[in-house]
Amino acid sequence: MARAGLLLRLELTSNPEILSVVRSAVTCLAANLGFPEADTRALTRAVDEALANVIRHAYANRPGQPIELLCRRVTERAAEKRGPALEIVMVDRGISVVRKKFCGRELDDVRPGGLGMHFIQNGVDVVQYSRHLRKNRLRLVKFLPAQAPEQANGKGEW
Amino acid sequence: MVKIATRRLDKAAILDISGDIDLAHSTEVRRVVLVEFRENRTPKVILNLIAVNYIDSSGVASLVEGLKASRDVGARMMLVGLSPIVYEVLELSKLLKIFEIYDTEALALEA
Repeated sequence: MARAGLLLRLELTSNPEILSVVRSAVTCLAANLGFPEADTRALTRAVDEALANVIRHAYANRPGQPIELLCRRVTERAAEKRGPALEIVMVDRGISVVRKKFCGRELDDVRPGGLGMHFIQNGVDVVQYSRHLRKNRLRLVKFLPAQAPEQANGKGEW
Repeated sequence: MVKIATRRLDKAAILDISGDIDLAHSTEVRRVVLVEFRENRTPKVILNLIAVNYIDSSGVASLVEGLKASRDVGARMMLVGLSPIVYEVLELSKLLKIFEIYDTEALALEA
């Protein structure tokens, strides 16, 4: 099935060992889209933490469960900004993730855990969670850098 | 993948950690560090992170747990050889000031 602006589609399982593979793929994709190194690291970190959350919370560390990851080039409108962006959507069939888990914690509270959501929010411009038909859907969006070549959306091109 | 090699110098243990400290491997790092404090009662544990390529929130949590364990037993945990990637993550976590961080292993041993 054709998907507008599709750049990358991965069908994964909930095994922590797959995280390094996804990190490599996202890093390459972000670099190819012209993101600066720091933004590429931040985006990769956000995706990695989001996937880790799916494995730990939605699937309660059960291996072998399905996760779909889609990367698309889109035109995004968020707050006062509108422009070309990279959209990364993760879909899983795990338990509903309590919205509270998407709030992170105060960084002044020094204790193990709770940093993942902070890393996700730091790495992208938009974080949206929804649940429909027993599927969790996490949508992350990061605006492309201004110097990225203008390309028509929906062509599936770089 | 993560590899942990332990060297002992006088009353210090130096853990040479290489690879990715992520969800797949942070539990192993946590286990080794906690054993040093809780079972071996090592007074000074130095984590050499120069060959760490990536650290995620679970890896940071392991370091924080190690630090808390060191304080529980009156020992010290030190970090050396922070790569820019590791430094960036600790900075983002606002945890740089809670760890004892040294540029080199020699400086940590002297401290």
